[in-house]
Amino acid sequence: MPVKYTDNQPIWMQRTPRQQYAIWLGWFLGVMLFLLCFKVISDNTIWEFLTDAHVQAASLIGRMVPPDWSITGSLMLPLWDTINIATVGTILGTIIAFPLAFLAARNTTPHPALRAFALGVIVSSRSINALIWAILLVTMIGPGLLAGMIAIALRSIGFVGKLLYEAIEEIQPTPVEAITSTGAGNMQVLAWSVLPQIMPAFAGITVYRWDINIRESTTLGLVGAGGIGLQMNAAINNLAWGQVATVFVLIFSTVIVSEWVSAKVRHAVI
Amino acid sequence: MSSSLDTSASASAAQLDPARIAAAKKGSWRPLPLISSRKLRWGLNLAALTYIVLVYYSVDINWARVAQGFDRGLNFVGSFFTPDFVTRGGEIAVGLRESLTMTFVATVIGIALAIPVGLGAARNIAPRPVYFFCRTLIALSRTFQEIIIAILFVAMFGFGPLAGVFTLAFATIGFMAKLLAEDIEDAQNEPMEAIRATGASWLQWINYAVQPQVMPRLIGLSLYRLDINFRESAVIGIVGAGGIGATLNTSINRYDYDTSAAVLLIIIAIVLMSEYLSGYVRKWTA
Amino acid sequence: MLALKGLTKRYATGDLALDSVDLVVPAGQVLALIGPSGAGKSTLIRCVNRLVEPTSGSIHLDGEDITRVRGNRLRHARRQIGMIFQNYALVERLSVMENVLSGRLAYVGFWRSFFRKFPQSDVQQAFKILERVGLETMIDKRGDALSGGQKQRVGIARALMQNPKLLLVDEPTASLDPKTSRQIMRLICELCAEQNLATVINIHDVALAQQFVHRVVGLRAGVVVYDGPPTGLTPEILTTIYGEEDWTAVQKEDEHAATDARKDVEAALLGGHP
Repeated sequence: MPVKYTDNQPIWMQRTPRQQYAIWLGWFLGVMLFLLCFKVISDNTIWEFLTDAHVQAASLIGRMVPPDWSITGSLMLPLWDTINIATVGTILGTIIAFPLAFLAARNTTPHPALRAFALGVIVSSRSINALIWAILLVTMIGPGLLAGMIAIALRSIGFVGKLLYEAIEEIQPTPVEAITSTGAGNMQVLAWSVLPQIMPAFAGITVYRWDINIRESTTLGLVGAGGIGLQMNAAINNLAWGQVATVFVLIFSTVIVSEWVSAKVRHAVI
Repeated sequence: MSSSLDTSASASAAQLDPARIAAAKKGSWRPLPLISSRKLRWGLNLAALTYIVLVYYSVDINWARVAQGFDRGLNFVGSFFTPDFVTRGGEIAVGLRESLTMTFVATVIGIALAIPVGLGAARNIAPRPVYFFCRTLIALSRTFQEIIIAILFVAMFGFGPLAGVFTLAFATIGFMAKLLAEDIEDAQNEPMEAIRATGASWLQWINYAVQPQVMPRLIGLSLYRLDINFRESAVIGIVGAGGIGATLNTSINRYDYDTSAAVLLIIIAIVLMSEYLSGYVRKWTA
Repeated sequence: MLALKGLTKRYATGDLALDSVDLVVPAGQVLALIGPSGAGKSTLIRCVNRLVEPTSGSIHLDGEDITRVRGNRLRHARRQIGMIFQNYALVERLSVMENVLSGRLAYVGFWRSFFRKFPQSDVQQAFKILERVGLETMIDKRGDALSGGQKQRVGIARALMQNPKLLLVDEPTASLDPKTSRQIMRLICELCAEQNLATVINIHDVALAQQFVHRVVGLRAGVVVYDGPPTGLTPEILTTIYGEEDWTAVQKEDEHAATDARKDVEAALLGGHP
């Protein structure tokens, strides 16, 4: 704790003057950066639009309430599709992510080059949103559920892969040593000492990602990759805000349910 | 046997199972099944099978179209080796600048607003009505994807990056406030009582008892959210909320995969960089 | 049985952990390796089954040079060497039976072991060994549900399942209370006598070692400084091994440890975890 002496009186200070200046400088630079960024945005904004934003918002909400419940029945099939996109996408992504995680983990990778490759795949997959994957896939294999499923799978690889390889790197080394010392082969060491240790994490990560994928798959329809987003997009294009509101309510309840399921399962396995 | 998922209960039940022990003595042993109830086990297997069949029939795949797409897919992968940063360089630069500024402004605003909401959503320090209000706000923000919020905000505020800033800030509130509230709820109670016992005011109490306990994680999460917001900024441009997403979307729709690959590579590089940086910052602040 | 010649290990950091160690252990002999922390005890036994690669020197097991063997031959060498660990090193999420059967991994193929389809004789042997260590009613308990002493018994059973010729034991009692320590030491020594195993035990507790073993080797800074019967451990020799200390106090410390153990038992009875 820095103490300054003035006329032999000790004065307690929280930081040394040097630290204090560094902190002020940091804040100053941060605020400047913020203002600069805000100016860029402000220059690209037509502020006149904002003057009637509250009117727009009020009319939007006015048209959304009450929701148009008559279309609820016709939304059930798209909702089922949405859940399938999320579930199948999660399964596909997990199947690919699982071996990738073993290649990416420092303690299980067979070769540094393979590790670099696996890490590259994981970060690429993580950096790119499912919606972007969906746009790409729709231009490639045409609109539909399949594009959505693959998009979700591609995005899930990075997420599951990253969390899983971190879990592998955090396992206790002694059981691995013990199984190795019995003369077990490399695959046996993985299956008998690494796998049991990461299984709870693996189950938890997968269910967690499934929960996120349910949310993400609700919007894939906006770009034609199937699910309830298609209906939402159509309703938005028709300015049928009452129908949009119904879709919102359905999405909201589905997500709440999936979050509850995911929390339950994660609780059970850990 | 009970139809319980609890493995420890089933294990202790089986521990006294003389039949299993006698069988093992004779050399026949199988590991205990994960789910002890036979009915539940088969029920779940059957349900999984039914689900697979149902999904198979509800996904209608046009294989001819998929085969056609395969070539395009290979083209796209090939583009990653010949990315074109130049032809649409101007558009990319503008989009990127917009994305980066949007990300920073939105993260700062979002976190500034998330702190009061997070305090309000912590059960151990907020009064009931405030708690429920904040939790509802968080649930709303977390349920709806950024893109949906962006559509609404574009309808309200017009096209442009401002709608994007509001969108990302709104999403940031839900994300940060939830995690902050959980952190506060997990914080140690003794220091909070001790500071309250000194007669500190509410703000002093937050500053001395709560803030030190949650600050390191808050900084880490802020950096993480900055990263997420950048990635999301690449998406909301699709619906007109500014940023690099518009550039990306146009290039994909034109089948101009070389430019798309360039944009994606830039995104990946920036995400990678921010991950390295946040690793360092977390070391400083830990 | 085991013969080490000029065994030297220098770590990548430059630390010399073992400096030209020569050692011969005949079958049926229980040898205690004593020495201060960092003397190279742990490195020595890990060099024997090649969990640590020796820098130079040679290791002969039953006449076969295993210093540089790789692949299948290394696995074959390892399966003849059972190892027992300080922290038990059980795979905690596997059941007792699975942990014990994991000692047979080098005898069965991957898929067989993956689907837990072990030969009948293996399961019979596992059961017999579990009976021998007194855990036959716990075959379905998970590793993390056991007490320290029980875990170590499972660790011993796993090592014996390998049908080893040599047993390496790394601080078997360091995490146990004095009473359990004695039980575990007695069990290990009895089993070695029954199966005529050569055994190397790393141990901190000199008094405990003296009580059970045939031969003591003192290691200091990677060099053998004593090799002889347990009765030969005079205070002067202990001083050369460990450095200056009042050696009559060892007995007193033991008593303190016993008090601590009693507290542990009380805590366990009051509902805490063992």
